[in-house]
Amino acid sequence: MANIRVQTADFDIGAEFAALCVGRADIGGLGCFVGTVRDTAKGRKISAMTLEHYPAMTEAAMGRIAVAAEQRWELLGCTLIHRVGRLLPGENIVLVLAASPHRQAALDATGFLIDWLKTRAPFWKKESFPDGTEEWVSANDADEAAASRWA
Amino acid sequence: MRNVKLLYFAWLRERIGVAEEDLAVPDGVITIADLIAWLRLRSAGHLAAFATTTSLRCAVNQDFATPETLIATGDEIAFFPPVTGG
Repeated sequence: MANIRVQTADFDIGAEFAALCVGRADIGGLGCFVGTVRDTAKGRKISAMTLEHYPAMTEAAMGRIAVAAEQRWELLGCTLIHRVGRLLPGENIVLVLAASPHRQAALDATGFLIDWLKTRAPFWKKESFPDGTEEWVSANDADEAAASRWA
Repeated sequence: MRNVKLLYFAWLRERIGVAEEDLAVPDGVITIADLIAWLRLRSAGHLAAFATTTSLRCAVNQDFATPETLIATGDEIAFFPPVTGG
C-alpha cells in the first residue's frame, strides 16, 4: 500500500498528492511533511548536504516503518520519498504523506513516519562548508526522544 | 572459517578506507561483538573505526542487529554510525 522511493531527483509534492488520491473518495485527511536542507548547521553556514544510504536495506527499512504506521492507524495510503546524493540549501530531502479517513490519524501517522524515518532508516548526512571542510552529522538525542514517544 | 560480506558506511567507511570486504572469519568469532573485536586487529583504520562501540550500529542481512547477534556463513554484515536521515 505504501509508495516508497529513494531517488536523487527532486519530487513534485502536488503530483504525489494526486497519485495518492486518484480514483478514491474515502480519504478524509491527508498529512504532509517535507524536510528541506537548512542553510546553517550549529550556527555555521553550509554549502551543501550529501545523503548516503545503504541501498540493499533502505527500502526494506522504510517498508517496515510504513507497516508499523499501518498497524497503529487506519491508513488508506502513504508515500515516503527520500532523496540521496548532493543537495543544496533549500532543496527538498524527504516527503511523507499519510492518507486516512480521519484528520487525527493522518497527522499522527505523518509525525510517526518522519520520526521513525530519522531514527530507523539507513541514511547518513554529511555537511559541506564554504571553506571546503566536511563533517558527518551526529545523531541527535532529540530525534531519538521524538521517535521513542511513539513506542 | 565462515565467509561473510562486510559493508561500511559514512565515517566508518572513510576510516577503514574501503566500502566492503569479503572475509573468512575464524570459527571462534561467533557474535557481532566477537567480530568487532576481531576486526579491530585488521588495520589501524579498522581500529579507528571500531575504537568505541557507543556510536556504532550494525545490520545483518539488511535488518538491525545487536552485539549478541550470531554470524552465519553468507551473511551480509553492515556497520555504520547512528542514522541521520529525514
